[in-house]
Amino acid sequence: MNKVQVQPMSTFHPVIAYKTSIGKKILMACTGLLFIGFVTGHLIGNLQVFMGQDQINTYAHALQGLGVALWGIRIFLLCFFGFHIWFGIKLWWENKTSRPINYQVKTNIESTFSSRTMIYSAVLIFLFVVYHLLHFTFISTNPEYATLTDSLGRFDVYSMMILGFKNYLISGVYAIAVLFLAFHVSHGVFSLFQTLGLVTPRCQPWLQRLANLYGFLIFLGYVAIPAGVLFNIVKLPGGIH
Amino acid sequence: MKLDAKIPSGPLAEKWDNHKFESKLINPANKRKFSAIVVGSGLAGGAATATMAELGYNVSCFCYQDSPRRAHSISAQGGINAAKNYQNDGDSVFRLFYDTIKGGDFRSREANTYRLAQVSNNIIDQCVAQGVPFAREYGGLLDNRSFGGALVSRTFYARGQTGQQLLLGAYSALNRQIGLGKVKMYNRMEMLDLVVVEGRARGIVVRDMITGKISSHAADAVILATGGYGNVFYLSTNAKGCNVTAIYRAYKKGALLANPCYTQIHPTCIPVSGDYQSKLTLMSESLRNDGRIWAPKKENDNRPAKQIPENERDYYLERKYPSFGNLAPRDISSRSAKEACDEGRGVGETKVGVYLDFTDAINRLGQHVITERYGNLFDMYERITGEDPYSVPMRIYPASHYTMGGTWVDYNLESTIPGLFVLGEANFSDHGANRLGASALMQGLADGYFVIPYTIGNFFGRSGNSSVREDHAEFKKAETEVAERTKKILNIGGKRTPDSFHRELGKIMWENCGMSRSKTGLEEALRIIPGIREEFWQNLNVLGGDQELNQSLENAGRVADFIEFAEIMCYDALMREESCGAHFREEYQTDEGEAKRNDKDFKYVSAWEFTGVGNKPNLHKEPLVFENVELATRSYK
Amino acid sequence: MNLTLYVWRQKNANDKGKMEKYEAKDISTHMSFLEMLDVVNEDLTQQGIEPIAFDHDCREGICGMCSLVINGTPHGPEKATTVCQLHMRHFKDGDKIYIEPWRARAFPIVKDLVVDRSSFDKIMQAGGFISVNTGGTPDANALPISKKDSDTAMDGAACIGCGACVAACPNASAMLFVSAKVTQFANLPQGKIEAKERVQAMVAQMDSEGFGNCSNHLECEAVCPKEIKINFIGQLNREYIKSISSK
Ligand SMILES: Cc1cc2nc3c(=O)[nH]c(=O)nc-3n(C[C@H](O)[C@H](O)[C@H](O)COP(=O)(O)OP(=O)(O)OC[C@H]3O[C@@H](n4cnc5c(N)ncnc54)[C@H](O)[C@@H]3O)c2cc1C
Ligand code: HEM
Ligand code: HEM
Ligand code: SF4
Ligand code: F3S
Ligand code: FES
Repeated sequence: MNKVQVQPMSTFHPVIAYKTSIGKKILMACTGLLFIGFVTGHLIGNLQVFMGQDQINTYAHALQGLGVALWGIRIFLLCFFGFHIWFGIKLWWENKTSRPINYQVKTNIESTFSSRTMIYSAVLIFLFVVYHLLHFTFISTNPEYATLTDSLGRFDVYSMMILGFKNYLISGVYAIAVLFLAFHVSHGVFSLFQTLGLVTPRCQPWLQRLANLYGFLIFLGYVAIPAGVLFNIVKLPGGIH
Repeated sequence: MKLDAKIPSGPLAEKWDNHKFESKLINPANKRKFSAIVVGSGLAGGAATATMAELGYNVSCFCYQDSPRRAHSISAQGGINAAKNYQNDGDSVFRLFYDTIKGGDFRSREANTYRLAQVSNNIIDQCVAQGVPFAREYGGLLDNRSFGGALVSRTFYARGQTGQQLLLGAYSALNRQIGLGKVKMYNRMEMLDLVVVEGRARGIVVRDMITGKISSHAADAVILATGGYGNVFYLSTNAKGCNVTAIYRAYKKGALLANPCYTQIHPTCIPVSGDYQSKLTLMSESLRNDGRIWAPKKENDNRPAKQIPENERDYYLERKYPSFGNLAPRDISSRSAKEACDEGRGVGETKVGVYLDFTDAINRLGQHVITERYGNLFDMYERITGEDPYSVPMRIYPASHYTMGGTWVDYNLESTIPGLFVLGEANFSDHGANRLGASALMQGLADGYFVIPYTIGNFFGRSGNSSVREDHAEFKKAETEVAERTKKILNIGGKRTPDSFHRELGKIMWENCGMSRSKTGLEEALRIIPGIREEFWQNLNVLGGDQELNQSLENAGRVADFIEFAEIMCYDALMREESCGAHFREEYQTDEGEAKRNDKDFKYVSAWEFTGVGNKPNLHKEPLVFENVELATRSYK
Repeated sequence: MNLTLYVWRQKNANDKGKMEKYEAKDISTHMSFLEMLDVVNEDLTQQGIEPIAFDHDCREGICGMCSLVINGTPHGPEKATTVCQLHMRHFKDGDKIYIEPWRARAFPIVKDLVVDRSSFDKIMQAGGFISVNTGGTPDANALPISKKDSDTAMDGAACIGCGACVAACPNASAMLFVSAKVTQFANLPQGKIEAKERVQAMVAQMDSEGFGNCSNHLECEAVCPKEIKINFIGQLNREYIKSISSK
């Protein structure tokens, strides 16, 4: 490392933030925060399935009704998703290569399973999202859903979900995915506050608990839906088999 | 050789200012034409390097650690003195000067000591500006405490890590200059020889401790700030790497060694626990502000401290020195501890130790106050001994800690070799026969920040550039000598490791030239040491090569120098037929066992000149004149 | 007591290196860990085996030179303790002890357990200072500083630059080390003046030295012998955000 020239403070010109380690992390934190928002909102939206066909279809319809705005949101989300992935992978690679030879024995004291597996949970989330979009948004995995409509002639999201999750395999995939999402966010939520310099020694332990709780709730909330279907808590309306 | 201290004329208080005025100045444009080598990155070396670079000189700095920040100054705990009189308790430059002279038992130069007291205030200002986080009062102003042998609170401190904070201050200034390219820093480089051509210091020869490469470095002046030689006792509070090598090689090239027998034994260290012991740990003297020192009255009393009733405890310092009590100067309280143990009243498994008891302080102030003041020291004690000092009294015993002696330098800190300057603990200048607590940090920084930057300019101004470069024959010669010595060490192929010789030497020195000395003991030592030296060169075992990192090779080189150096120490102690400060000759004591100074015959600095390995060195005397203080017998009763 | 040591031996930077097994016989519980190694080295030498090279100097927990990873933990099992102050009473007869060097791209191995930490110095040279020259400074009491701020500054200043934080960090990140210095100065009025440039310069240097990024794993604070806490990393992040969000 001795080759590296030092840059005396006096003659120093601020570099573009995203190039520095902390800059990248700040981007991760902001985009991460955005997804937290989405995942939470999305969960609330989806939980309406428990309130009956009409309720959730109305919701879905309303969303569709946003039209251009919806596409705005989608593109916006997509960009930041891209950022988050790009920098996430960059950071991971830099961190990986910063210790060429590993320890024969290494004990971990304060780090958590979630914190050490961010990249793996991330990859699973990614694969899931791809599948999930094909499954429910573009409906290319199960074209048969496409024809579903409810009594008011709206697209029947309600039945689509139920048909989807009646399949154990699909439910299993979702369950595993949201499990890893839960891991990702349970470190993520704490980490983002620390990255943004918002953690004080006093609130730190609480924040860590809160983050874990959040991850747990995300998991519960999301699995509740396939579970609800499999345990026949949410049933198909008459006519559809 | 006539020793000229070059003390400026005029009244004491004006000497330094006069001298600065009379000194030659270097035109700013020409400063970069002058180069200096600084060996050492401690308080003295670090401060000197940074300051001279700020002035525009080309400076290269060498240290044996992997970073300048690790110099042993880092380990100073207690604090640093300054005559700020912030506490309004009657302190002044003159009082600090007087205390220091008196503390040194009137064996130091008035002019040097006064200058030290003068610049002490600038040091504090400088450090605060650098961001050194000294302890503060709630009002936001700096806090002070009283420290070893002082009746005023003039000691500035940063928790128990004052030396660390001061050094990091100097290190930051140094880093700034390195970053700006004004200083070339050489880490893990050990100075193994000084090169003198036509009576002027021209540069040094160093060994790269990683590649083993031996190289020469020439400059217009050489500055040694290589610290103390306390490791001559093997066990000391010094770092393992602390050595006498740099100043000893300079000595072999003609620089005189002054007062080598003035070595300070610190009263509050953690006692030895076994013969594997590799170093001793100091517990800051500041502990004596609240702790009470005692030993059992009965001989080998094996009861645990708590079970020894008050009336069977001997708080010997409070008894013998009512006015100073537990704050009596280091030499005095060290010797008293030794006496107690010699009388068989020592405590702990090994019976070499006395108690430092905080029970009263905890009852008086509450545990939280004690924790606030000494928390990290208490933790350190528990870590090392496994005992909790809040519940059982600490066990302490004296250990070699500081060396007042060193290379002889004049008022300009220049040695008898023109162009060779020596700063900090490595020189002999300001502490006389005994150093008061919190005054070595002060001296290191004074020398580095505020003295050498002036006197070096004067030297450059008068002597101009040095014409000799690295390709000069003398450099080549020195390089081959160093290389051959290294080879020699590696080729002995004997049985004993360098450490085993060091241990043996240390024992001899501790017993015969340590806390108290006697004619017979010293002659005994002088008989044994040459034997150790001979065996060393026949029976040493150092493995590995010279073209690589080889720690036992480095160690062997240092031990070899300690062995030769030890003899000079003994000669000095033997010659000085008086007891003064830390130098206690059993033959010269009052009936109460107090040191008996002999100003008539020994009011001088002894400076020794090399006459060949194994030969008795030549003694030169620098008479000490006292015009501003009259020589009192040092009484702390 | 008797112990079995597994020690990383590596002749020089280019050598591959491997773990070697040694026996440490009748070790006293009063010994420090390094004294135990001294004893082992003494009899390795007697056996004609080159002694194990490891960094150490002050042996009282302040110089930051000692640097061993013991059974996977930098500075060993004791909290807030450097190896030189770790005592053998924390081990028991028959223990197996793995001893490895700091491992990080920015800390290349020099020999055996000795690594090159000059990357830390470079970071300090880039901005770990207040730009004042010697002399001409105001009286020390001319600017009062609240005890709270100066205590926080002192907490950061306590860092001994040992590098255990890097060694422990799964990402080999130097954030804790950098945050300690940045925080020290950011809490002092003298230091605030250059706060922006300092944090920018030090972070840029840290990155170019090849350290990893901080993923907030918190391993560093767990092993820091001076108990530097991760809220210092929080402040470093704040200082950095300030430095880019305001002109
Ligand atoms: C445990 C302890 C506590 C102390 N507490 C206090 C206190 O509270 N107050 C106080 O005033 N004083 C205290 N002192 C004394 C004081 O710390 C030292 O006297 C002072 O720091 C010495 O500074 P220095 O710059 O002269 O030498 P050092 O700081 O020892 O620096 C020596 C430098 O020289 C280099 N060096 C040495 N030999 C060579 C070589 N051959 N080649 C190349 N480089 C070499 C080293 O690398 C190092 O950089 C304490 C000392 C000790 C040991
Ligand atoms: C049980 C769990 C889930 C259910 C029932 C569910 C349901 C749905 C449905 C029905 C849609 C289509 C909405 C529409 O096109 O009208 C959708 C879209 C989407 N879901 Fe999920 N989802 C679940 C979990 C997740 C998770 C865990 C994530 C992310 C990590 C996610 C991300 C998305 C995204 C990105 C879209 C596309 C949004 C858009 O079209 O703009 N979903 N989800
Ligand atoms: C394919 C998708 C994703 C990838 C590749 C990814 C990758 C990563 C990685 C590698 C990190 C660790 C960065 C570091 O600290 O070094 C991270 C952090 C984070 N991720 Fe993701 N992630 C993804 C999806 C998500 C989702 C869906 C969310 C939210 C629901 C999310 C929220 C976060 C948060 C909050 C952090 C913490 C940021 C910080 O440390 O400051 N991520 N992500
Ligand atoms: S932060 Fe702690 S672990 Fe890191 S270098 Fe400083 S002292 Fe060592
Ligand atoms: S362990 Fe490493 S990831 Fe950050 S919090 Fe400490 S530097
Ligand atoms: S050797 Fe100095 S800190 Fe351990």
